[in-house]
Amino acid sequence: MSSVALAKRKKVHDSQPIAYLFVFPYLLMFFIFIVVPVIAAIGLSFTYFDTVRAPFWVGFENYVNIMTNDAIFMQKVIPNTLKYAIIVGPGGYILSFLLAWMLAQLPPKLRTVLALIIYSPSLTSGVTMGVVWKVLFAGDATGYLNSILMRIGIIVEPVIWLQSQDYLLTIMIIVTLWSSMGVGFLAMLAGILNVNTELYEAGYIDGIKNKFQEMFYITIPTIKPQMLFGAVMAIVGTFASSGIGVALSGSNPTPQFSGQLIVNHIEWYGFNKFEMGYAAALSVLLLLIIYLFSRFAFRLFGSKNE
Amino acid sequence: MIAVKKKKSRFQATKINPKHFHSSQIRYLILLLPLCAFMILPLIYILNHAFKPLDELFFYPPRFFVINPTFENFRRLFALTGTSGIPMSRYLFNSIVVTFLVLVFSILFSTMAGFALSKLQFKAKRIINEINTVALMFVGIAVVIPRYLVVERLGFIDNFFVHVLPYLAIPVGLFLVKQFIDQIPNELLDAARVDGASEWQVYRKIIMPLIKPAVATILILSFQAVWNSADTSQTYINDDTLKTFAFYMGTLTNNTNGVAGQGMGAAASLIMFLPNLIIFIVMQSKVMDTMAHSGIK
Repeated sequence: MSSVALAKRKKVHDSQPIAYLFVFPYLLMFFIFIVVPVIAAIGLSFTYFDTVRAPFWVGFENYVNIMTNDAIFMQKVIPNTLKYAIIVGPGGYILSFLLAWMLAQLPPKLRTVLALIIYSPSLTSGVTMGVVWKVLFAGDATGYLNSILMRIGIIVEPVIWLQSQDYLLTIMIIVTLWSSMGVGFLAMLAGILNVNTELYEAGYIDGIKNKFQEMFYITIPTIKPQMLFGAVMAIVGTFASSGIGVALSGSNPTPQFSGQLIVNHIEWYGFNKFEMGYAAALSVLLLLIIYLFSRFAFRLFGSKNE
Repeated sequence: MIAVKKKKSRFQATKINPKHFHSSQIRYLILLLPLCAFMILPLIYILNHAFKPLDELFFYPPRFFVINPTFENFRRLFALTGTSGIPMSRYLFNSIVVTFLVLVFSILFSTMAGFALSKLQFKAKRIINEINTVALMFVGIAVVIPRYLVVERLGFIDNFFVHVLPYLAIPVGLFLVKQFIDQIPNELLDAARVDGASEWQVYRKIIMPLIKPAVATILILSFQAVWNSADTSQTYINDDTLKTFAFYMGTLTNNTNGVAGQGMGAAASLIMFLPNLIIFIVMQSKVMDTMAHSGIK
């Protein structure tokens, strides 16, 4: 069989045009719904476009306006987005790694139950959970949080949580963290569970003294690829769920822009003010921010040296 | 560094992935259990609220647990019609059809592409893989406006399939499938090719049966994305008869303020959440299997 097999294998390793048929359906959808919109966003960001007249070229005007003329963007949207993104992104990521790591120290049955509990909030979505949060955080005395806090005497009057500029962002962060233990968390858990135990034995022979050294010198370096996947998922999840402020407060813009994030700002300009060019420029900035965050994660955990 | 003396006992006491319970694990439970309680609280709340009869919904101060569970909220939810006289069952039907189509086609497209990108040789392979890895970072709502313009230009506004199409290219899904197929030895495929199998047969008869865990994972990811999504209804659909259940939920919270609406809202949340949970519980071991290969190298 060997000569036939060799001949076949040789043929197999040449170019196989049929491969294009296999990738075509995916690529077509990928192209229409990901590539074209990104290119269109970049193109539109250099134009003025109000959806009625054809877009016309304005050069960098939109970007200059974002930086110099948009007080709401600079005073509310950027600080809000930074605070939200840093706590939910890296904060949520570290939390999900630590949770995965602690779960890995438990026996299988107990671990599966607890992992399921921690993972299940990520199965909900912002919009559908709106009902729940609105009752828990209801602004009158019938709200669960108000009721509890009033009963134990922390507050006297009910607080209008979701319409308050002091609390909205905090509630958004808590709610998003609650639902952020998703795919990345599972990937890291699977990674930690699959670390070869001989590595730990060897590590202890080489002088590792405690669990923290074990985590830093063995676990994390061994599961770098999963750590990177988890990091990318954390970044994407953070920005993808940032419509939550509007879902909670029920309006865009959020009360006094207190929960306004870049995503809400984009939709506000695009769908409420019909300034599509400006909104597109904001989109491009957001994509750049996400990309930079991810590059940073690749620098930390990637194996490729650029 | 040579410290041979006490390593054995220390290692045994602090093992990762232990088989049995050991008192050294209690310190982790002290941290984990309160956190788990916090995580599960809103879910227990939905479960209880959904089954509360009207008088219990009106309790003041509010009570967390239900006393006399009833299906009243579900009955009223199903009897309710939308603002334009469309029964709720219509939205639920739309959601089920959309979800079914997305699952079938996203699994087909991503496994086909994953097979080609992992096991076939062609020129564009490397660049497609690299672009897809970059696209893992793609966030759909960042380009909601250009996407809308593209959909409008293609004439897909108010077309039922606009619910389905955007969910057929999920870079994470393709990425996971491709990583999983990478583990399958080439010899297996070559043996089939020697026996005269076409690439399509290799894909159908060898790859598909071997990558069931990865398929289960895309199934869950796609299900979650599409079943929970109100975005497509909100952005691309004006015709109320074509909107989905997730969207309807959103209007439910805005239109039916007041306590009676809360009960229905919780019932609807439960309908949204339970399928996700059941599918995940059924398939969780397969998902964990796929996740072990999820690393980005």
